Amino acid sequence: MAGEKNVGLVLLDFWVSPFGQRCRIALAEKGLPYEYVEENIMAVKSDRLLRSNPVYKHIPVLLHDGRTITESLIILQHLDQVFPDTRPLLPADPYERAHARFWADYVDKKVYGSGSKMYTEPQMQTNIEMVDILKTLERELGEKEFFGGEHGFGFVDVALIPFTAWFESFDRYSFKKKSFDRYWGVKVAEVAPKLVSWAARCQERESVSNSLYSPEKVYDFAGMMRKDFGIE
Amino acid sequence: MAGGGGEEEKVKLLGVWDSPFVNRVQIVLNLKGICYEYVEEDLHNKGELLLASNPVHKKVPVLLHNGKAIPESQVIVQYIDEAWSGTGPSVLPADPLQRATARFWAAFVDDKVGSPWFTILFARKTEEKMEAAARAISAMETLEGAFKDCSVAAGKPFFGGDGIGFVDAVLGSYLGWFLVIETMIGVKLMDAARTPELAAWAERFKMADAVKGVLPEDVDKVLEFLQTFLD
Repeated sequence: MAGEKNVGLVLLDFWVSPFGQRCRIALAEKGLPYEYVEENIMAVKSDRLLRSNPVYKHIPVLLHDGRTITESLIILQHLDQVFPDTRPLLPADPYERAHARFWADYVDKKVYGSGSKMYTEPQMQTNIEMVDILKTLERELGEKEFFGGEHGFGFVDVALIPFTAWFESFDRYSFKKKSFDRYWGVKVAEVAPKLVSWAARCQERESVSNSLYSPEKVYDFAGMMRKDFGIE
Repeated sequence: MAGGGGEEEKVKLLGVWDSPFVNRVQIVLNLKGICYEYVEEDLHNKGELLLASNPVHKKVPVLLHNGKAIPESQVIVQYIDEAWSGTGPSVLPADPLQRATARFWAAFVDDKVGSPWFTILFARKTEEKMEAAARAISAMETLEGAFKDCSVAAGKPFFGGDGIGFVDAVLGSYLGWFLVIETMIGVKLMDAARTPELAAWAERFKMADAVKGVLPEDVDKVLEFLQTFLD
């Protein structure tokens, strides 16, 4: 961003990664300039990535004045701590923070955990799991505008919103009829309508719309991954 | 703000005596000098309080503080550190980079040691248990390296520095199980020959006041209790 003070931030990322997108959204919400580096993780990983994240060798990685922070939720909390004059993602109250961390952890364990089976499982038994997960999120959202409640768009919203581009893929990969198997369709709009409205509200924020890709592009990517895993 | 005073400071921990996830919370409460009521839950017959306090996962530990419920052990530990920030030592480092690093290793422990731990206990086939043990050993070797880099190099006895911190509590909570696992499958997850610094760290950890009496020590008792979940 021209004219902005250089705060020494570099983000090693991959375009469609929901974890990378969390970081992009957070940096945008905070108005923090950074250098975006696309790592082609589908090909040979760069030396810089391997050096910065030797344990997991994955993105996102935040370099801050040359020091390394990895894991998206850890990066988000780091940004809150190091840039206290920017819009905070977590609320100040310890219980509210614990509540937000709990739900962000739920997104990691359940939404990512279940959703990533889409690459490896031709039979979408996980659909039943996914329906339960979506309903749980729907209940937690309730009548709130954002998961952050009074705090507004916050930690949990940022944690979850990148996965919504995958809802369409859950939908479309779930609903395939084969002669010898039964599949269960997951129509997100029917199972979790409040969540769908919430996702639309999030998309109205520039930080989100500039960071996410269309469900079509994600669907194409998912299809490619499934081929790679030998599913189709 | 001293713990365990009037009603407004009521702290209750719902747990199971041999759960590493519960033990680490107990250790941190002890570290901070917080008085609490411990409630042993029967996981075969979950009580209403547990189900009401953690409806999403229905698991222990759950910390109840002033009527509010906080589940998920790492979330609980950070909550304790923040809610009682003026009391006792800090569990997470103040420095942002050190804090991010502590969170990273704590997550790594539960991911790369905790996950195999679960498989060793509950997988049906011996091959799965042995494969999980190999993964845990590899993780321990990584942790040995991390410990050398961040603590030994600085002459510090714990991951947290001079005293027990977040990573110590998370990793240390599995120590009671290492002997149990050795009895179950004949594999040592912690071996002084492989990871000498961690082995020494483990002895220091177990001797700490905050840890005394928390970790399970009776291998037979643990195995007997585990069996009730396998039948």
